[in-house]
Amino acid sequence: MWDWAAFFHYLHSEYLLLGAGVTLGLSLASLAIGLGCGLAAALMRLSSNPFINKPASLYVWLMRGTPVLVQLIIIYTGLPQLGIKLNVLESALLGLGVNEGAYLAEIIRAGILSVPKGQVEAARAVGMTQAMTMRLVVLPQALRIIVPPLGNTFNGLLKTSSLASVISMEELLRRTEELVQIQFKVLEIFIVAALYYLLMTTVWGLIQERIEARLSRHVAPAGGRLRQKIDAEILSRDSQ
Amino acid sequence: MTRNSALSAAATTEWVLEAEGVHKRFGATEVLKGVSLRVAKGEVVVILGPSGGGKSTLLRTINHLERPDAGVIRLCGEPIGCKDVDGRRVALPESAIAVQRRAIGMVFQQFNLFSHMTALQNITAAPIRVLKTGKAAAVAEARRLLALVGLPEKADAYPEQLSGGQQQRVAIARALAMHPKLILFDEPTSALDPEMVAEVLEVMLDLSQNGMTMIVVTHEVGFARRAADRAIFLEGGAIVEEAAPERFFADPSSERTRRFLSKVLHA
Repeated sequence: MWDWAAFFHYLHSEYLLLGAGVTLGLSLASLAIGLGCGLAAALMRLSSNPFINKPASLYVWLMRGTPVLVQLIIIYTGLPQLGIKLNVLESALLGLGVNEGAYLAEIIRAGILSVPKGQVEAARAVGMTQAMTMRLVVLPQALRIIVPPLGNTFNGLLKTSSLASVISMEELLRRTEELVQIQFKVLEIFIVAALYYLLMTTVWGLIQERIEARLSRHVAPAGGRLRQKIDAEILSRDSQ
Repeated sequence: MTRNSALSAAATTEWVLEAEGVHKRFGATEVLKGVSLRVAKGEVVVILGPSGGGKSTLLRTINHLERPDAGVIRLCGEPIGCKDVDGRRVALPESAIAVQRRAIGMVFQQFNLFSHMTALQNITAAPIRVLKTGKAAAVAEARRLLALVGLPEKADAYPEQLSGGQQQRVAIARALAMHPKLILFDEPTSALDPEMVAEVLEVMLDLSQNGMTMIVVTHEVGFARRAADRAIFLEGGAIVEEAAPERFFADPSSERTRRFLSKVLHA
């Protein structure tokens, strides 16, 4: 029997809310780590030096070719066998962040490659160094292409972070399960958890929309938007 | 050339650009086969020639967007892209070339304005970031340059909101903002609709009359006649003809130049 009273009770349960907060924080921190790893790997893969681009390719291949759940278990449960002991939070951040980085590397690389070559030449011609060219000219323009698929992976990350419950990270899913074990209101509690996830992904969707609008302010309304949608579509297909 | 005669030549003419025996090869194709060219201060040199003849590559080796395979390029006497250490020529790293490039402006066929920046930002970006000019001074200078190219009201427009001719004029202002000793124009009007060609050429003519040293790759014969001190015909990676424009267009000495001109002039 569905229990409305229990549902509303759990809807503002502090225990679950804190879990949702951990989920959000974990996802944001993993995104930050992922952006660092992803940008580094993307730049490395664009190098023509095989000693630089091959390691980055290996990283992307390994991370995208194995389940993140397996990676998390290897880091938390397996590595201590080699004397590397990471606590729950460190393991979760490492697993989720580094994995995210591999997906972001491909997205960032495609974004960088989408910037016309003439932009780089113009930057060099006014005396910008390679680093300046990347920072002031290429990346800001790549961002417009990068943000839509990046937003999609963050949406994914908010949900994927629930896998960290397996290594006993006290995030939303873990706390939901714990609550269920004590109070047996399975459906009510899980529906509340689902609503929390939905709330987070929906709010993120709105934020993402605003960021995208801001980034394309210099682009002509019709053609630019369409082009951008197509680019984003291609990119997100690539990154799946 | 002996040291003495070099000195006396330097005393009479101030060479902004000296290119000697420049070679450039892309894979199996030799695009430049030993081009030598000197441009004096305030001189306007127009380069004509068939596509694939090496015109763009020559410009791009001058500011080292492409490194020449052989030969040396000097800007106001200083070698670009290399330096002499104990009599040996050592290639400079990209970061040092970036510093040298500040003194050479370049205007591209496709304008290549930074598409995420307004016209004003396009002009101020390099002065602020590269030359470390103060922001207020850079903005004031950019507004002056926008007025100079006839676009004072377009400071806040993004490139996509400008016509081709307007974009190219902003690109010229962007090059001027670095106070270059030399500006390279790579077919600056070839991508423009006919009615916009004149507005760009007019700005270039103004520059030439104000003493700017310029190398212009173009097929605009009218501009060459009015603005150029010298015209050069580049074909097959070598200079085939070099003369004052009056003679170059009226009575070229090479048959190949003659044939090319007859096509351009009657196009």
